[in-house]
Formats: sequence, C-alpha cells, structure tokens
Amino acid sequence: MADLSINLAGIQSPNPFWLASAPPTNSGYQVQRAFEAGWGGAVWKTLGEPIINVTSRFAGLNFGGQRVFGFNNIELITDKPLEVNLKEMDETKRRFPKHTLIASLMVEHKREAWHEIVKKVEAIGVDGLELNFGCPHGMAERGMGSAVGQHPDLIRQQVEWVKEVAQTPVIVKLTPNITDIRFTARAASLGGADAISMINTINSLMGVDLDKWLPIPHVDGKGAHGGYCGPAVKPIALNMVAECARDPKVGIPISGIGGISDWRDTVEFLLMGATGVQVCTAAMHHGFRIVEDMIDGLTNYLDQRGIASVMDIVGKAVHTYSDWGYLNLNYKVVARIHEETCINCNKCHIACEDTSHQCIDIVPDAVTGKERLVVREEDCVGCNLCSIVCPVEGAIEMVEIPSDKAPLSWNQRQAALAAGGSCEL
Amino acid sequence: MSIPNELAKNFSEVVPALKPMEAIHEANRCLYCYDAPCIKACPTSIDIPSFIKKIATGNLFGSARTIMESNPVGASCARVCPTEELCEGACVLNSASKPIMIGLLQRHATDWAIQNQATLFSKGEANGKRVAIVGAGPAGLSAARELARLGYAVTVFEAKEKAGGLNTYGIVSFRLPQEISLWEVEQVEALGVEIRTHTRIGEDVSPDELLDQYDSILLAVGMGNVPQLNIPGEELEGVLDAIALVEETKTKPLSDEMLGKKVVIIGAGNTAIDAATCSKRLGADNVQILYRRTVQEMSCYQFEYEFAKQDGVEFRWLVAPTRVLEENGRVKGLELVRMELGEPDEKGRKRPVAIPGSHFVIEVDYVVKAIGQNRHLSLLEAFGLQHRNGIVEVEEGTYRTSHVKVYAAGDVIFGGGKTDAMVVDAANHGKRAAHAIHQSLNDQIQPV
Repeated sequence: MADLSINLAGIQSPNPFWLASAPPTNSGYQVQRAFEAGWGGAVWKTLGEPIINVTSRFAGLNFGGQRVFGFNNIELITDKPLEVNLKEMDETKRRFPKHTLIASLMVEHKREAWHEIVKKVEAIGVDGLELNFGCPHGMAERGMGSAVGQHPDLIRQQVEWVKEVAQTPVIVKLTPNITDIRFTARAASLGGADAISMINTINSLMGVDLDKWLPIPHVDGKGAHGGYCGPAVKPIALNMVAECARDPKVGIPISGIGGISDWRDTVEFLLMGATGVQVCTAAMHHGFRIVEDMIDGLTNYLDQRGIASVMDIVGKAVHTYSDWGYLNLNYKVVARIHEETCINCNKCHIACEDTSHQCIDIVPDAVTGKERLVVREEDCVGCNLCSIVCPVEGAIEMVEIPSDKAPLSWNQRQAALAAGGSCEL
Repeated sequence: MSIPNELAKNFSEVVPALKPMEAIHEANRCLYCYDAPCIKACPTSIDIPSFIKKIATGNLFGSARTIMESNPVGASCARVCPTEELCEGACVLNSASKPIMIGLLQRHATDWAIQNQATLFSKGEANGKRVAIVGAGPAGLSAARELARLGYAVTVFEAKEKAGGLNTYGIVSFRLPQEISLWEVEQVEALGVEIRTHTRIGEDVSPDELLDQYDSILLAVGMGNVPQLNIPGEELEGVLDAIALVEETKTKPLSDEMLGKKVVIIGAGNTAIDAATCSKRLGADNVQILYRRTVQEMSCYQFEYEFAKQDGVEFRWLVAPTRVLEENGRVKGLELVRMELGEPDEKGRKRPVAIPGSHFVIEVDYVVKAIGQNRHLSLLEAFGLQHRNGIVEVEEGTYRTSHVKVYAAGDVIFGGGKTDAMVVDAANHGKRAAHAIHQSLNDQIQPV
C-alpha cells in the first residue's frame, strides 16, 4: 500500500487530509473525533480575541437537486477564550501525538501581539502555525484577515514579525479576494513564510429571499457578504494553487484549500502543486467519516499506478499549466459523435446551432429513417461545447486531427513576424 | 438454432445490470445517511452508504472491497437478497422519494471487481492453527474467508463437484449465474484455503479424523433433498425433486423434455417458485403451483410471487396431492383433494384440513416436489451433536455446538419456523462463527 504521509515545509503528517480552520475544528472534542475518523491533521479554528457571533450565519447553495453545491458563512474566528483553546489543543496533541495540529492565528497589526500569541501556542507543542490573512467578513472590517491579505506589504511585515519568534513552520493563508494572488504569495515568501495555504473564502451573497426580500442569510432584517466555499469554488482555488506553484518567485510549498470533496479533487490539487489539502465544506456536509473514502480512494489510485508515495505526485502536472501565448495554435480537435452510445437528445445540435459554429446536422438515415447526428468536421472548431452539454459519458469524443504543420504558439508567431519571417497557421 | 440453445436464452440473467450512467446517477442520489438504517437492515452489516459513496467517487475497487469485507458472498447476495425486505426496505428515501437501488449498486461494484480481476484481500500470517469446514456453501465460504485472513490453515470439505453450495447449484441461473458464485469461491481459494470437493464426511473422511487433525471444526452442511410426499405413485418417472431440477439446469445441457408439457409444483416456498419458473423456461406449456394453504400463508417472497405470475405460472390454493396416476410407468395425472383452513397450529398458522369427498384428478406430465428439505441427520449424529429435528443447537453468539471443538453455521442451525433461510444470513453466521472460533483458539494460545 502506498505511503500517504506527507512533509509540508517540515511539517509531518500521516496523510494529506487536514481539516481546515473552520467550524469543524472549533474544539478538542471535534478535532479528536476527526483524528479518530482518520484525518491526518487539523488547523484549529483561528485563535484571537474572543468573538461575539450572530445568528444565523451559514447559507447553502443547492443546484439541480444537489444540496450544498456552494456554501457561505458569516461566522467569525473562535468564540472561546484563548486559555480554553490552548488547554484543549494541548489535550488533543497529547492524545494524538502523531497527528498534525496547526494553530491558525489572527491578531491585530502589532508586533508584540503576534509575538505573544506565537509563543503561547508553540508552548503547547503545535506542529506549525497558519496566519489567517484570508477571512473576508467581520474581522476584515477591523483591519485583520483579508484586509491584511489584500496588501502584500502588510503580509510581508507580519510574517517577518512572526518569524522573529516562531520555532515551527509558518504557513500563510491567503485570500482569493484579490486581483492576482501571486503578489500576496510572493510577499509571504519574501517575509520568510515556510508555506502558503489557499484559498480562503470568496466574497459572496448567497441569495435573496423571494418572499421576504432579504439577503440569505440575514440577521434581523439585514445581511452582509459572507465567505463562499464548497465544490463550486474548486476551479478558482485550483487555478490559484497552480499559478503560485508555477511561479518561481513564490517558491514555497502550498497547502491546497477550496471545494475539495473527495480523493479525486485531492489528486488534482496535488498534481497542480499542493502538498496536502485542507477540507471543510465536505466535512460539514457529510461528517468526518468522508475521509474514509478519501484515504481509500487515494491509496487505490496510487497502488493501481504503482506509485509508492503520495509525495511522488506532488506538482507533477504543474509544468503543463502555462499561459495562453504558449499554446500550440496548430493543434486541432473535432467532435465525433458515437452513434452507438448517443441517446438522441439533440442537446449538442442546439448548443452548436444557437451558440457555437453550426456544424452538427440532424440527418435522416437513408435505410432506417431514424435521425442521426453528424458533425461536419471541416466546420468544427473543436470548442468542446457539444461534449460538455452531452449527458452521456463518452457519446461525444473530441478527436485529434493530425496536423502536417509544426507546433506554433502565439508567442512564437509574434516573434517570427517581428524577425521579419513568415509563419504558417 | 437447436431447441436447447433456444432454451438457453431463457436462462440468461433476467434483471439487467445498471448501465454505467445509471449507476452514477443512482449513487449520487444516496443521501449518505449517518448511522443508516440500511446498514442495520443488512444481516452482514455492509457499510452501504460508504460503498455507494465510493461508486460516486469512482473508487470501485474500494466499493467492492467494502461490500466483500462485510459479506464474502456479496456478489451473489447482490442478486438474491430480498432487498425490499432488507436494505432497500429500510432506505429513508422510501418516505420521500424512491429507495436507492442498493442491490443493483452492489452488483455494479462487485461486477466491476469480477471483470477487472481485482484481488480484494490477502491471507493473514500463518498462526499454526488448523480449521476444518464441512460444506462449501455461503456459510462455509464466509467462515473460510475470515479464518484465512486471520492466519488459519483452512480446509473445506465439499461433497459436490464444485464449491458454492446453494449459490452454485440451487439458485436458478436467470437470477444467479454460476460464474458469480464460482468467482466468490476463487476469492476464498486465493487466500490459500484448500477446498476438497467430491469429499463426503462420514464416507470419504470420518468425523473422528477431523476431530483428531483440526483445532476446530465448523459444520456448514446446509440441507439435502426434498422429503417424500408419502403418497402412492411417488416413485414414478416424472416425479422430480425441485432442488435436483434446478441443479440440472445449472450443471447439464438443457433438456427439451418439458417442451409443451403440463407441470405441477407441490409447495409454495422460494424453491417452488424457482422450480416453476425453471419449468416454464424449459418450455412447459402449463405450470401450476399447488399449495394446501392460501396466498396469505405461502412462504415465498412477494417479488418471487410476482415474478412467477409474470412468467405465466398459475397458482392453485387449498389443494393437496393424494395420489400420482400412472401410464406405462410414467406420471399421467395427479389426484388432489380440496382443503380448508382449520384451527391454528402451534406456530399460529391455520392448519389445512382435507374436505372429505372432494377428490378430483388433473392431467399432468411432471410432478415437482418442493415441500422443504431434509436435514443431514446422520452427520450430526456422527459428531454426537445435540439437535432438535436436525437443527443443531448452538450457544448464543458463539455458534458453538454441544461438542467443544465443533461449531455450526448456516442451514444446519436455521429453524424456528423459518421455512427459507437467506444466503445473507448464512454468510453472516459463517463470518461470526469464524470470529468465535478465532476468539476461542486465540484464547488458548494466550499466555496465562
């Protein structure tokens, strides 16, 4: 069986599955239950000044019959006094010494405040620190969380303060509520961070109540933007992870967060450069037991490919993630419809006819009289739309059309033109 | 196409497998309940939400393992379990939508394992102890699988040519093809379990030899043939044993002897249904199930009853056979007497009573007996086990018989009014008996 243990910037963990700092990691009871269920680590819900919360505070986005496709919250950091959290963290670490326990921290923009809290949590033996520069609501209005995470200079400065006293690895958790996450990631790296984690939640308004004309959720007649997460945010998170993973100026390990619900999502994040993942919404939806399939599925995935260690797949797809200017303009695919699996719903036809390149014809079969769908390959631009809307797996295949032209990217083309040459498209 | 080949089509699996997309949709419909009632309704306690979740995440290997871990004959059970009475009957979606098709999803995952030749389990490190299992049916195989994983050297003794018991020989091919059962047998053999077929305890090997040579013995012998009707003419050609009839369709080229014939089945349990639907598929023109009680008292499952009716099987209630009529040494007809229900018996079932002078004769070509099964009394006696009418008495929870080295599981301990025992129950017994044996033998090797 493959070795699932990971090493993230010196932090050891029995497996790559951590619970993210969030409601599931609010207490020793919860984190210990999670470790018993198989989670390799947990980032304890952010420590800081005791907080007063509001009700209600969560909302779910249901889509097409599936519940909790997206999720958001307006909950703040821990609402328990620091001493209580430290005591429970200490108990948890004693009971589960081999599991990874990370303290998430958020304090005001003061050097002494950071020094003080770092010393306190390290005294109880945590395996690492995660600086919360990501929370988009409540704390940000007080100059913390994503208010810091949107300013590279503030990030760098606070990381430096932490590194002055920290004995354990420091992870910086970044906000996606920013134009280009590489700038804040680089700032964290420059400040001396050992790793970054991403993404925290995205500013969102989950919905509006059609009867009450109020935001969802609302608190006594008013709502506020909340932090968006769950399966719906995965592509945004995965892009940010990949962008940082391929940026040499970032150059530090990444803990992947954002809509990870199963072992397949995990493999995707690992391939795109994450060393381990953090999960929240899926655990909130189904309980801690989902980690069983995550571990089992990941183990089977690695075993079936003869891969000995999960660390061997970290970052293996990063080099395939590039910029548009480097894509081969001479590569071509076209849609091919497999009649034996096609169920004739004609969704591909109308999608192509109305919104793409009008190249899927409905043709009556001369023998049977039954209608068939046929792609005019010479007109197909290979956009994928038909295969995306097709409800049957494998009924529409995108087939590569061999090209007799050499690969040519936009950048190469522009360079060739600038040099006065010609180029064949 | 020859007639037997034509008939062979009738014996291919009736219920189609889920299509890949159907399986994914169905798996995603499962709510993944916590502490789910379907798990509690399964005698082998398969973690059903977990195996379904694994189908949804594309972890089919893990899904099949989850199923087979709990139930070593889980591929067969996916086809033969009365799911609407067990897991699917307990599904919480019964009250909100439609229950999840748990049986078919289980079949989807185990079929994947079969088609991909997945090795799901490995044998345990040898612990030096030897266990003999008598009978390679669901109970015996389950016990063998568990014991092999725990490091025991296991030998299974099986009287028939192949292992699998009821699953291999006794369930009609159109519900359970033999290759499914034989795959489960291979899974057990792959763990180093030796299965000695064609070996009958009491004839080829004596009970004493087993007692001498093994640390523990598990008796999982199942049941024998259908008992006698005890009516005149029973010896005639054309009077068949339902179990033997089903077995023939699974082991020999199909015969066209029943083509166009009139067949009656005596009894209305699940075996009777199997015999009736088999007869229909062998080409019988008219198939009737004769039962001395009414539809309320018959012991077959509701879905079996519906299935038989859809196959065109006719049911006649409140009649009992009194004499088989003969012509040239063959069955020609059957004399029946009409019955009525009288006072309840000790089990509370109304006793059928013959109505005097109500005899009548029907024309038949075959009479198939399906009125229960004989028990292997002589074997129980040879081991000196305490039993009630062939039902071995075992200690609650440990499956230990009156003999300290002998345990019993499956059909040999079923009784108490149940006329039909389920494969899944036998598997559960076998699994638990294995753990009881392990507990006992492990205690012996513990330092005092």
